[in-house]
Amino acid sequence: MHKYIIKRCIQLIPILFWITFLSFSMMHITADDAVDMFYEQSGAVSEAVKAEKRKELGLDKPFFVQYGSWVTGVLTGNMGTSFISNKLVFETFIDKLSATVELMLVSLSMTLLIATPLGVLAAVKQNTALDYLLRFTSFIGNSLPNFFVALLLIYFFALKLEWLPIMGNQSDWHTVVLPAGTLTIAMGAKYMRQIRSVVLEELEKAYVAGARARGIPESTILLHSVMKSVCITVITLAALSCGSLLGGTAIVESIFMWDGVGKMAVDAILTRDYPLIQAYVIWMSVIYVMVNLAADLAYHYLDPRIRLEEGDGR
Amino acid sequence: MKRYKALTFYGMLILLLLVVAAAAPYIVPYDPYAQNLPTALEAPNGIHWLGTDRYGRDIFSRVLVGAQTTIFSALLLLSVISVFGIFIGIISGYYGGWIDTVLMRITDVFLAFPEMIFAVAVAAALGGGILNAAAALALVAWTKYARLARGLVFTVRHMPYIVAARMNGTKNSAIMSRHILPNIAGTMFVTAALDMGTIIMELAGLSFLGLGAMPPMAEWGAMMNNGRSMIQTAPWVVVSPGAAIFLTVAIFNLFGDSVRDYLDPKQ
Repeated sequence: MHKYIIKRCIQLIPILFWITFLSFSMMHITADDAVDMFYEQSGAVSEAVKAEKRKELGLDKPFFVQYGSWVTGVLTGNMGTSFISNKLVFETFIDKLSATVELMLVSLSMTLLIATPLGVLAAVKQNTALDYLLRFTSFIGNSLPNFFVALLLIYFFALKLEWLPIMGNQSDWHTVVLPAGTLTIAMGAKYMRQIRSVVLEELEKAYVAGARARGIPESTILLHSVMKSVCITVITLAALSCGSLLGGTAIVESIFMWDGVGKMAVDAILTRDYPLIQAYVIWMSVIYVMVNLAADLAYHYLDPRIRLEEGDGR
Repeated sequence: MKRYKALTFYGMLILLLLVVAAAAPYIVPYDPYAQNLPTALEAPNGIHWLGTDRYGRDIFSRVLVGAQTTIFSALLLLSVISVFGIFIGIISGYYGGWIDTVLMRITDVFLAFPEMIFAVAVAAALGGGILNAAAALALVAWTKYARLARGLVFTVRHMPYIVAARMNGTKNSAIMSRHILPNIAGTMFVTAALDMGTIIMELAGLSFLGLGAMPPMAEWGAMMNNGRSMIQTAPWVVVSPGAAIFLTVAIFNLFGDSVRDYLDPKQ
């Protein structure tokens, strides 16, 4: 187990290198535009002034020098200053990250609380009206893009019924309902479907038939045996959806004016504020990689089969 | 038999969708780009079936033409990533060794980025445009196909018929294209069919953020972005393209499911 953790951590190093390298080079390809953009509003500016600004931002140095000094900065938490607001990038990012994490956690817990029982219920009541209704709902949820869900929720719950605010400050818990609900609908639909099929698969297995034959009540079988495999599925799903959540928050945050890193990134792209975009891409990818690592370690802990497989010397 | 019927039915729906998308410019009742300010923001009525947007453009026509933009760019994207991914996956799985190691480390790098976030970064670097958005998604999405194809090749490459072909002196390229590819094609096709809906939503999502199709282009995500500030007074501007995305994604998802049910020998 310890060996495995160490091995996985070492594997992270080249990946982290490539994440930083790729995101840096991508931004570098077009970074010159930023200076032009910066002066666009202030009317005609001579090339000498632009060159001066480039020098100030370090955009005139060779590629690898820029990368080197930038990556050292990243490691020490210094990612430069925003081209637009002149604030420190890393601080801006950390400042906004909590809002995004809050949104992710709320929607993830809403998803788990809603989708797990419904998925199990659909499986237990397989091929009844209830099962069909739940599957139909999950199908609809799966086919709706999140920005459409967001706008529909705004239309019905905020504008027509006036139950919930569209946007507002974060201290009021009401404001989190609609953005988190948007993310929950798409995720919950997927979770429900997967959980249902896992439970169905488990219920077919010999140990369940054995337990039934011994007269163990159905609820005990479900809670004690079947839920174990459901747990593994849920962890897989949560790790996978962490990627789409991190991306999905960009859309949802900009619609609901949620002041998190997703909205920050979208705004930064429109103003070509490259240091902010870089910070966003890198840190989100790092978080994603870490979550995946945590999920892998969790399987190890939960599923003895995977543990044995790794022991084979693979 | 029932499964075959479902497959044909959804297959026909897809075909219909593709025909409508292809013929859109010729069957639209109005020019989707013609502005007519006096009729701006009309609610759906007998003349403009889905109403008009803030420039007085007919939304029904724009949704039809948008089908072409959205569906065909998604199809193009899907074919590129699946063909490329399968190619890499077969090479990697068949030869194994250092080729496999190098190729898989490359996929690791792309898999380390969450798909949409990488796409956002690429779109930021390349600038807007529907093709750039598609390219941005493609850069990440091919890895999934490569990984899957490689795994499938692993399960078949020691099968007797492959070993026999090799002993007969069949060339590697022929083994890969004539023996391995047909064997994994079914599973790959199911994956691609099930992926189509997601890709349509992601492309439209990038356009919605202003990182994909640029105005005045008729594209569903961009149209919704355009109308979102008027959702209270003119909800049809947002709902029509939104419903179009929903229906298209739903049809592709149903088709994907029916293909899977038809090809899956387990059931």
